[in-house]
Amino acid sequence: MRIHPRYTQRGAVAVLGGATVLTLMILVFIIVFILEKGLPVINLKFLTSNPEDMGRAGGIFPTLIGTILLPLLAIIIATPLGIFTSVYLSEYTKENKVTRIIRFGTDCLAGIPSIIFGLFGYIFFVITLGFGWSILSGGLTLAVMILPTIIRTSEEAIRAVPKSYREVSFSLGATSWQTVKKVILPNALPGIVTGIMLSVGRSIGETAAVIFTAGSSLRIPDSLFDSTRTMAVHFYILAREGISAENAYGTAATLIIAVLMVNLSAYWLMNRFISKRS
Amino acid sequence: MNIKFHIQDLNFYFNNEKVLKGINFEIPANKILGIIGPSGSGKTTFLRALNRMNDLETGTRIEGKILLDGEDIYNSDYDVVALRKKVGMVFAMPVPLPMSIYENVVYGPRLSGNNDKTRLDELVEKSLTAAYLWDEVKDRLKTSGMRLSGGQQQRLCLARVLAMEPEAILLDEPSSGLDPISTAKIEDALTELKKEYTIILVTNNTKQAARVADNTAFFLMGELIEIGSTGQIFTTPGKIETNDYITGRFG
Repeated sequence: MRIHPRYTQRGAVAVLGGATVLTLMILVFIIVFILEKGLPVINLKFLTSNPEDMGRAGGIFPTLIGTILLPLLAIIIATPLGIFTSVYLSEYTKENKVTRIIRFGTDCLAGIPSIIFGLFGYIFFVITLGFGWSILSGGLTLAVMILPTIIRTSEEAIRAVPKSYREVSFSLGATSWQTVKKVILPNALPGIVTGIMLSVGRSIGETAAVIFTAGSSLRIPDSLFDSTRTMAVHFYILAREGISAENAYGTAATLIIAVLMVNLSAYWLMNRFISKRS
Repeated sequence: MNIKFHIQDLNFYFNNEKVLKGINFEIPANKILGIIGPSGSGKTTFLRALNRMNDLETGTRIEGKILLDGEDIYNSDYDVVALRKKVGMVFAMPVPLPMSIYENVVYGPRLSGNNDKTRLDELVEKSLTAAYLWDEVKDRLKTSGMRLSGGQQQRLCLARVLAMEPEAILLDEPSSGLDPISTAKIEDALTELKKEYTIILVTNNTKQAARVADNTAFFLMGELIEIGSTGQIFTTPGKIETNDYITGRFG
């Protein structure tokens, strides 16, 4: 029997809309659940004082420092590497077997569980290179972890720049590098920034890769070779060891707010950039 | 007569398909050469061979020689960047870069390291005037080139090429999407410009070739069927195919 298009249309709207609403509800539920339990714990003192008694009491100040330093180091290392690689792949090589293998490889890397990166970081940076459990080891490991994402999102953004812009630039006597600098990168920037922000979010929330490489020291670090603890790791330890559910939720809520703030400021920056150019 | 380009036994392949077959002719300086022929006849491929824009595509191969002022531009040590500065190009679709009108015009000069403000200002006025656009945009040089109308955009593209002070200008169906008034302005500009430049105009519009070209070449299926003065091609064509095409029997 043929169902009238009017009914299939209604059915489609119900299914598609339902999926959207469900997704939104899950998101809202998680955020509300965490914030409800965590927000009462958060105050200025919680954010600015040192933890006491393994985190049972006191604040989370050192983990704030760790959460800022590790992703920052990772981004500083991975962003130029990632952008340079994607520019090279998309502008300086012609599509062939080698570039396809590289692309396939980066896709695979992007899908590897973070704990594998943690293990790699532990063996390579912590032991082999002798950096120990440190901000340096953790930052390098996170950089390796987010590199494929930055490469692929940058490459997509670069590919989305109209081919005609390249043609015009070359026809006016530009070299590849001048074309990249003056036409490709400015136009691909919003997409590149999106990829970087996704990576920031991912590295702020990362636990497995960090706990193996940066350790979990609660002292405030004074060099790149000191161990540190991020909020995500702090939360994991507080919850896992049953130290303090209250402070665990406080940390989780701070983490969520931090990620939210990073994303919002990224959108704001990007909109400003786009409206300035057009 | 001064010869700008010598084309010698030119064959061109796209993924092993021969799209230009044994082309031989000369292009004189300070004249407008019109290239006519139906779609797929190799006009655009030929044009893009003259400034090596085909190099940007994969799977292309060339045989034979193209000499610019006696030098083979496909010689392995020929500087492609310098070639493109000497041989400018206007594309079928007007593509202003996403920057101001002013920056579009000085894009080429800036690439060569020319950043002197007074010199650039002069170039902008001179080029836009020669492209018949100056009066329309002189008060809004800082606005985006993308805000101009299609006809204005194409004249901006012409001005951008002129600002490089090239020796030859290639135009690939520059008025295919334009209204008659914009087309007339571009044609007026070309007639003026041939005093200083060698101009090669590919067009799908045979009447346009008849209006502006000094010499006309007719391409069909990758071959040069006939070349001669525009008057001769349009009044007493030597080949039956040329006659059939210009009288509108096919194409």
